Amino acid sequence: MKKIFTAFLAIVVICILLALGDVAFNQQKTGGGKQTLTIYNWGDYIDPALITKFEHQTGYHVDYETFDSNESMLTKIRQGGTNYDVVVPSEYTVQRMKKEHLIAPLSHQKLPNLKYIDPQFLNRSFDPDNRYSVPYFWGTLGIIYNDQKVNGKDVQHWEQLWNPRLKNNVMLIDSARDVFAVALITQHHSVNTTNYHQLKLAQAHLKQLTPNVKAIIADEMKMYMEQNEAAVGVTYSGDAREMININPHLHYVVPSEGSNIWFDNMVIPKAARNKKAAYEFINFMLDPQNAAQNAQYVGYATPNKAAKKELPKKVTNDKAFYPPETTMKHLQVYRDLPLRVLGEYNDLFLEFKMFAK
Amino acid sequence: MKKQRWSWGKAYLALVFVILYAPILYLVVFSFSSGQTMEKYHGFSWQHYADLLADTRMITIVINTLLVAFLASLLATIIGTLGALAIKDARRPWKNSLLSLNNVLMVSPDVIIGASFLIFFTMLGVRLGFVSVLLSHIAFCIPIVVLMVLPKLNEMSPTLVDAAYDLGASRWQVLSLVVLPSIAPGIFAGYFMAFTYSLDDFAVTFFVTGNGFSTLSVEIYSRARQGINLEINALSTLMFIVSLLLVIGYYLISKRGGRRTRIVAVKEGDAQ
Amino acid sequence: MRQKAMFIVPYALWIILFVIAPLVLIFYQSFFNINGQLTLNNYAEYLTSGVYLKMTLNSVWYAFLITLVTLVISYPTAYVLNRLPNKQFWLLLVILPTWINLLLKTYAFIGLFSRTGTINGFLQFMGLGSHQLLFTDTSFMFVAAYIEIPFMVLPIFNNLAEINPSLINASYDLGATHWQTFRRVIWPLSMPGVKAGIQAVFIPSLSLFMITRLIGGNRVITLGTAIEEHFLTTQNWGMGSTIGVVLIIAMFIIMFMTGDKKQKGGRH
Repeated sequence: MKKIFTAFLAIVVICILLALGDVAFNQQKTGGGKQTLTIYNWGDYIDPALITKFEHQTGYHVDYETFDSNESMLTKIRQGGTNYDVVVPSEYTVQRMKKEHLIAPLSHQKLPNLKYIDPQFLNRSFDPDNRYSVPYFWGTLGIIYNDQKVNGKDVQHWEQLWNPRLKNNVMLIDSARDVFAVALITQHHSVNTTNYHQLKLAQAHLKQLTPNVKAIIADEMKMYMEQNEAAVGVTYSGDAREMININPHLHYVVPSEGSNIWFDNMVIPKAARNKKAAYEFINFMLDPQNAAQNAQYVGYATPNKAAKKELPKKVTNDKAFYPPETTMKHLQVYRDLPLRVLGEYNDLFLEFKMFAK
Repeated sequence: MKKQRWSWGKAYLALVFVILYAPILYLVVFSFSSGQTMEKYHGFSWQHYADLLADTRMITIVINTLLVAFLASLLATIIGTLGALAIKDARRPWKNSLLSLNNVLMVSPDVIIGASFLIFFTMLGVRLGFVSVLLSHIAFCIPIVVLMVLPKLNEMSPTLVDAAYDLGASRWQVLSLVVLPSIAPGIFAGYFMAFTYSLDDFAVTFFVTGNGFSTLSVEIYSRARQGINLEINALSTLMFIVSLLLVIGYYLISKRGGRRTRIVAVKEGDAQ
Repeated sequence: MRQKAMFIVPYALWIILFVIAPLVLIFYQSFFNINGQLTLNNYAEYLTSGVYLKMTLNSVWYAFLITLVTLVISYPTAYVLNRLPNKQFWLLLVILPTWINLLLKTYAFIGLFSRTGTINGFLQFMGLGSHQLLFTDTSFMFVAAYIEIPFMVLPIFNNLAEINPSLINASYDLGATHWQTFRRVIWPLSMPGVKAGIQAVFIPSLSLFMITRLIGGNRVITLGTAIEEHFLTTQNWGMGSTIGVVLIIAMFIIMFMTGDKKQKGGRH
């Protein structure tokens, strides 16, 4: 009995010590006292130096938390009990959050730097007049290829992915809407189609792609493309930038016939605790100097016209990341679809994956 | 003739051992490589261990994981031991149904446990995070504790308890002076098993975690998807050493408990 | 007597809250569609669309292959182990890898199997050229079998250890060859262990979900993967629960098929 009791006590003591350690670590992070601004953003999606700069300028303490998908972020905000002041969702999620009354309308007076944003990125259909959101970064869906394994000419268009020469050499992103976008575009349909027949056609076309599909994965694609595991990948421009930085044999193409264009936007949730700081932060990030610094760090395309001028010509002239007007007008934005239709996309995608061999 | 057959068998066994340990040694070896990938060994370095120690996020997660494991197995051991006492005293039809219910979580696939707990917590409105993970771990650790304690209870001679009562001992005295000491090895073994179950779990935690709370397995999953990072190798090496110590510890405990063979029935879990 | 009843309170609570309630809930949830309306559509879709049935068959087929591979590797292992001196120690060495986090082992295989990884390096060194190893059915099954081996070795080993040696000696005395002894005496006597091993391996193989993605490149969809997708990605809990119910039924079938006919029940 004594032995059991001693062991019990020892374990309780260990638990208390661990809990104390946990608390100590968390306190170190929050650095007590000051007013706090809590940001909820994608992982590695801001230059940390800017956070420090903002803290120095304003005296706020910044808590930076991250998520890895719009869905997981949304679930958390919906659940409540959170107090994020600034969140960075993609456009279709902005639409959904608006519908579910999760975000607060913005007062443009408090955001004087909004004037620096390129008008072509304002007033988009997912948020007319930018009542709820301010663009943060934008990007595209495209093809990344390895010039050691495939000739650049052969991967300029989506349809070329079906070329039998790419057998077992194409990696796809594990996302129903993106993969269907590829097939829908080759068939000249909208990437937002709610027509089941068109989806079935797209799926039939995708099934013909299966001999070429090597894997359907998410973040791992970066590692595999960098290590020359496959010739071609379908991925987002931001990830492509990171891969190219590591492996210079990689190149990114946005097919001129069209693709998806996406926007990540800053919004203020209704439940925000420190709205004043939130406005200050958004305005701070819209400042051309800061936006340029952030774009340099993150590597995505900035919607900030003034900031773009600050960036090296080599970056802004890169047609892969700032596509020419002719391509831009073919790019389509995802709209938030009804759950029933999303379910159809997901089911058809699951079925496609099942037979992807 | 006989001798040759034996050496074939040993060669086969050696091959199996090579396969079983190759991935583990592979991780360990590269944790000391000064390179950044698992392609080529680049010469000895402690670099990745230094990175690991400087990674506060990882350290917080290790602390969280250990906290969950220690706490969950402690509570599971208490509840499980009480459960075993109750099952032991239960009458026939009840006893069998209790045992079958006990084994449901032992045989259920992790995905089912994770998914059903997720529904359960969402319906109750429990916030996903430390609490939901802790409760789930307690839940799936209880049955193994029961299975470890029950045989010890059955081995105990009933006359011992009767004798204690005859000598005027109270119920509490009987429990603390007679019953618990004689089932102590089972309780320790149960705690140990619960601890390793908790440390090792990925699938259930993956379902019920949220709000930034993460355990090692879940963190490794998300990091492995971002690419090879030798910091993870360093971590695996440390975990391998800890596991080794745990196994040795368990070996010693069960040896003292007298029934060495039982080690074997243990991690079986799913097989029950 | 009343005090005694106190013991059972926490344990009974656990049974009600964490054993019965979740099972009931998963069953309940399977009758709701993605918009939260009560419906039988999930089952109708499962049974009629063909996709899910095909997936189930596929998953069962993979689980069967994985179990078979594991059995073929594990039986001789258990057999040889059982004849070694210090066999408990060697057995412990077989079990030790199960104490290493599953994710870490999988992670190691990514490095081993990649285009520029060690195995390809070795193949090239041997002049066999580099091969596509990751994202193939073979590598998926290999890793799955790797993870399951100890769980198969264990029950078979225990069973073989319990066989009375005099039976084997008797067989030799009666003039049986090694092979005859094995086939007529050892193999039948070790059947309970084999069955327990199959049970321990088959059900987890049906519900694997992390390896299908990391090693199989999402080209193998098991019941487990489908449940995970529906719960965590597409948020269609109803369909996920329906597949869950199917998996639970499959579990009972397997347990029934491999179960002990003698009904050992409460005695341990």
